[in-house]
Amino acid sequence: MTSILTYTFRNLPSTSKWTLRFCVRPLSCSSQLRAGPAVQTKSKKTLAKPNVRNVVVVDGVRIPFLLSGTSYKELMPHDLARAALLGLLHRTNVPKEVVDYITFGTVIQEVKTSNVAREAALGAGFSDKTPAHTVTMACISSNQAMTTAVGLIASGQSDVVVAGGVELMSDVPIRHSRKMRKMMLDLNKAKTLGQRLSLLSKFRLNFLSPELPAVAEFSTSETMGHAADRMAASFAVSRQEQDEYALRSHSLAKKAQDEGLLSDVVPFKVPGKDTVSKDNGVRPSSLEQMAKLKPAFIKPYGTVTAANSSFLTDGASAMLIMSEDKALAMGYKPKAYLRDFVYVSQDPKDQLLLGPTYATPKVLEKAGLTMNDIDVFEFHEAFAGQILANFKALDSDWFAQNYMGRKTKVGSLPLEKFNTWGGSLSLGHPFGATGCRLVITAANRLRKEGGQYALVAACAAGGQGHGMIVETYPK
Amino acid sequence: MVASRAIGSLSRLRAFRILRSRGYICRNLTGSAALLTRTHLNYGIKGDVAVVRFNSPNSKVNTLNKEIQSEFMEIMNEIWANDQIRSAVLISSKPGCFVAGADINMLAACKTSQEATRISQEAQRMFEKLEKSTKPIVAAINGSCLGGGLELAISCQYRIATKDRKTVLGVPEVLLGILPGAGGTQRLPKMLGIPAAFDVMLTGRSIRADRAKKMGLVDQLVEPLGPGVKPPEERTIEYLEEVAVTFAKGLADKKITPKRDKGLVEKLTSYAMSIPFVRQQVYKKVEEKVQKQTKGLYPAPLKIIDAVKTGIEQGSDAGYLAESQKFGELAMTKESKALMGLYHGQVLCKKNKFGTPQKEVKQLAILGAGLMGAGIAQVSVDKGLKTLLKDVTVAGLGRGQQQVFKGLNDKVKKKAITSFERDSFFSNLIGQLDYQDFEKSDMVIEAVFEDLSIKHKVLKEVEAVIPDHCVFASNTSALPIKEIAAVSKRPEKVIGMHYFSPVDKMQLLEIITTEKTSQDTTASVVAVGLKQGKVIIVVKDGPGFYTTRCLAPMMSEVIRILQEGVDPKKLDSLTTGFGFPVGAATLTDEVGVDVAQHVAEDLGKAFGERFGGGNVELLKQMVAKGFLGRKSGKGFYIYQEGSKNKNLNSDMDSIFASLKLPAKPEVSSDEDIQYRVVTRFVNEAVMCLQEGILATPEEGDIGAVFGLGFPPCLGGPFRFVDLYGAQKIVDRLRKYEAVYGKQFTPCQLLLDHANSPSKKFYQ
Repeated sequence: MTSILTYTFRNLPSTSKWTLRFCVRPLSCSSQLRAGPAVQTKSKKTLAKPNVRNVVVVDGVRIPFLLSGTSYKELMPHDLARAALLGLLHRTNVPKEVVDYITFGTVIQEVKTSNVAREAALGAGFSDKTPAHTVTMACISSNQAMTTAVGLIASGQSDVVVAGGVELMSDVPIRHSRKMRKMMLDLNKAKTLGQRLSLLSKFRLNFLSPELPAVAEFSTSETMGHAADRMAASFAVSRQEQDEYALRSHSLAKKAQDEGLLSDVVPFKVPGKDTVSKDNGVRPSSLEQMAKLKPAFIKPYGTVTAANSSFLTDGASAMLIMSEDKALAMGYKPKAYLRDFVYVSQDPKDQLLLGPTYATPKVLEKAGLTMNDIDVFEFHEAFAGQILANFKALDSDWFAQNYMGRKTKVGSLPLEKFNTWGGSLSLGHPFGATGCRLVITAANRLRKEGGQYALVAACAAGGQGHGMIVETYPK
Repeated sequence: MVASRAIGSLSRLRAFRILRSRGYICRNLTGSAALLTRTHLNYGIKGDVAVVRFNSPNSKVNTLNKEIQSEFMEIMNEIWANDQIRSAVLISSKPGCFVAGADINMLAACKTSQEATRISQEAQRMFEKLEKSTKPIVAAINGSCLGGGLELAISCQYRIATKDRKTVLGVPEVLLGILPGAGGTQRLPKMLGIPAAFDVMLTGRSIRADRAKKMGLVDQLVEPLGPGVKPPEERTIEYLEEVAVTFAKGLADKKITPKRDKGLVEKLTSYAMSIPFVRQQVYKKVEEKVQKQTKGLYPAPLKIIDAVKTGIEQGSDAGYLAESQKFGELAMTKESKALMGLYHGQVLCKKNKFGTPQKEVKQLAILGAGLMGAGIAQVSVDKGLKTLLKDVTVAGLGRGQQQVFKGLNDKVKKKAITSFERDSFFSNLIGQLDYQDFEKSDMVIEAVFEDLSIKHKVLKEVEAVIPDHCVFASNTSALPIKEIAAVSKRPEKVIGMHYFSPVDKMQLLEIITTEKTSQDTTASVVAVGLKQGKVIIVVKDGPGFYTTRCLAPMMSEVIRILQEGVDPKKLDSLTTGFGFPVGAATLTDEVGVDVAQHVAEDLGKAFGERFGGGNVELLKQMVAKGFLGRKSGKGFYIYQEGSKNKNLNSDMDSIFASLKLPAKPEVSSDEDIQYRVVTRFVNEAVMCLQEGILATPEEGDIGAVFGLGFPPCLGGPFRFVDLYGAQKIVDRLRKYEAVYGKQFTPCQLLLDHANSPSKKFYQ
């Protein structure tokens, strides 16, 4: 009896508030949200689980994401990672010695610092007793770093973990050809002058042609832009739709930048250069100008261009993750809980970038939430065409039935809750560092807009994907 | 009578209505203003671009026949007359097929060469109109674009093709004994250059889209799409159409030029070809090569060269005339009838007439990792079958695994598959020495040594571990399946699968059923064979089944001829001169002398005199001396690694000398020697049909040509009897019978055909 009463009580007022929110929203996009009331219509009040430790994000930072070949171009990846770590230390004032573990994501590895997490941590002055490892999972590498931290904390292995990610596309390892490498290695082993000369006599000029790191999917030899263009065509996403979406991303990022919403950015004094304090890839342009660009991958009639794709970016991010008890004991006011997460994977040829489509319903079901419960959507934007293809896939019964094993479509995503502070298209996409940016942005948006649950999703090379629920920490 | 006519008109009416209503639905969907539905084609207008869609009803492919041609011309005339339309796109609504070529039946129905010439001329005129069209026409190609289909496409101003595996372009007419008769011999040289055009037309090979782009056969490629909000194939066609429409507009607006930038090599070649002397040299070289390869047995290639030459040297009017006349002449030749017969037979043998098996085979187990076992594994793993390969020794297994890997890797080198696909295919292969996981296998193929007791042993061992539904197939070339099945607890599941070596190259698979074999077992085995890409004949059990049984008397005669003092080189040239792709002596070396001996002895016992003639002793002595053929480095010839030239094995002289028989001059002319070999083959084949070993003459022809290399230009033993005349063959047999005896006695069915000339194997 009482339960019924509370139930009605809980439900009644909220309905009207929903209506209110709906009425207000069209008027303006961000200002009214700040005033928006705490939402109570959630399927679940919180996602805390009995007997599982709550994992919280204390805070997260990133150095500005820059177009590759700009201010960071003389640096090495661990320099960027170190800057992010120092920024985090500065922001949170966490004593270095309480950090139990450090994990970083990265994609294109600098061979000299293949465990970039360790090199950066040592350089940043963390205790040499704090172990660190590097993970790689293409564009969701730092997501993997964060969930690794969640696992370490939830299982009681650690209390305080720093997770982050780094990518430096200004410099990539370009190797000698396999033939040349073989000859050089054999030369090392050759004992006599005769052996050496006979090896050298086998030298051919083509040995000198270098081997670039493959930007193509290994299994299919298709570059990601090409796959994105095909995927956009599969879902009949037009060039104009893509340009419009890209323009939206840039405009929203500019607005967020101007309004000072991107509080996760910490300034970085680049050695020998000026201090960098904001992302330099945000360039709102006009549709007319964007329409002039030629397709970048499928020539001459494709739809993916430089303007509607994410660009090569240098950057690093870092995040302080703790068990809730530890955070509270240390006197922190955490920003958010990291809740359920999923990893998905599918056909790397024809569904390369559809990870978010598969991850979204899966993580919602796992958490026991519905699409309506989500206040903030923060998706990784690899290509405008990819985001729009995911929108269409999520909103298609045919796709749900034939490829996802579902009876009905997942539903359309509310654009007004979607990447409202810009995304990878505009802010940039340092492969290994984007995941942390998504989560910290989601946490910051929840706080700013008064929402409770955020859904973070991303696609990655290899046909993989990730989805995670972020729950705001009660004020 | 009246009733049936009434029903007839009723059904026609209904069909008509359905078509109309379908058209109506389409119209609503595309929203185009005018869409006219005909039987094979329909077209809609997108802006100022007409989109003509080929879609023949009740067929997987579009073929050019008279009906479709007249509909097409009607539509094109409307398009040319309509001022609103500025360009056109030709596309097929069928996934996997643009236009597969001209309708062969239309050609087969021609009684005279003039009729065939007329067909060619009509097509020429139609395509000439397309070529001269002032409104640009874009061919949007998805799927096979062959023969007349390609000739249609190259008459258009622009070609866009999907970069799909199913999209292949080519003019395979030469393989049917005819030539590309709708302007192909005239347009291709202009488009590709003379050397490349000869290559395409004389080999008849299929060219994949990306290669076609490089050659200049197509102007743009479109990538096949993955799933979106509708099935991938459907969306890919839609996308191709969208792209083609953009290009058609661009062409009409002169924003795109159909001209292509030629590479340096191409420019140099085309410059060289502008010098008459160089051209003459090219014609000469090509003619020589063709002469050498066909031995003058195939008229089509030479006529293709002629038609090309006429067009280039005497202008296109003469060229078109030459093309159509030669087309007519070729259509009436025995060779083209034989080759078209083979084509039909092949289509027939690519179907499973035993129905869908109750359980699809997902896991296959192969016993014995020898040449055959590994070969079977290779053609299975790349079709997605999980394959267990069992051998008794690590070394034997390793050799087999290496064979599979090499086979796949060679495909990577030829760019037929990627290295990644190779790796994932190779993961389907599980090598093992025990019977682990056999309990999950749906089919076991044994390819162990050809010895009945060993076969019995493995059959018992395998039956102890496999599940009830699992089929046991024996890969044997001569052992009767009935005898192998004798020890089986479940003979209905035992069947023979006779693969030919090398398995990945030879297209034929001979399936042998015993009286006890169940139909589902047969259906299952045929399904696996088809999956492996085989052309399949299903025959009844008996010594040597069909193929080995036909080969044995022929080989017996070969030995006889060698004993009579004809040297192996001369014999080889006589047999290849008759149209066999491999000479008789070389064939024995390739098959293995020991195998030949084995088969000769076994079948000799089973059939007695009819398989006599040659003395098996010859083979025995060869085996005793270690002359096993290619595999041992010596047989009739000496084989050296890396060297293509082979010399006669001089050590054979003593064997020949010890078994020498006097030649009979009355039957030892070159022609007689050829016919002695061939008539024995044909007689045995007809006997197999007479005894019910073979179900149909088609299967007999396919088996002989694809398994044993019977001259394709003769179309197989049965087609040969039909075209050459049963009486003439009987006369030959009688002549040799008089000299040698019973091995040449014509069989009853052959005599029946000789006695009533109207009787034909193919009506």
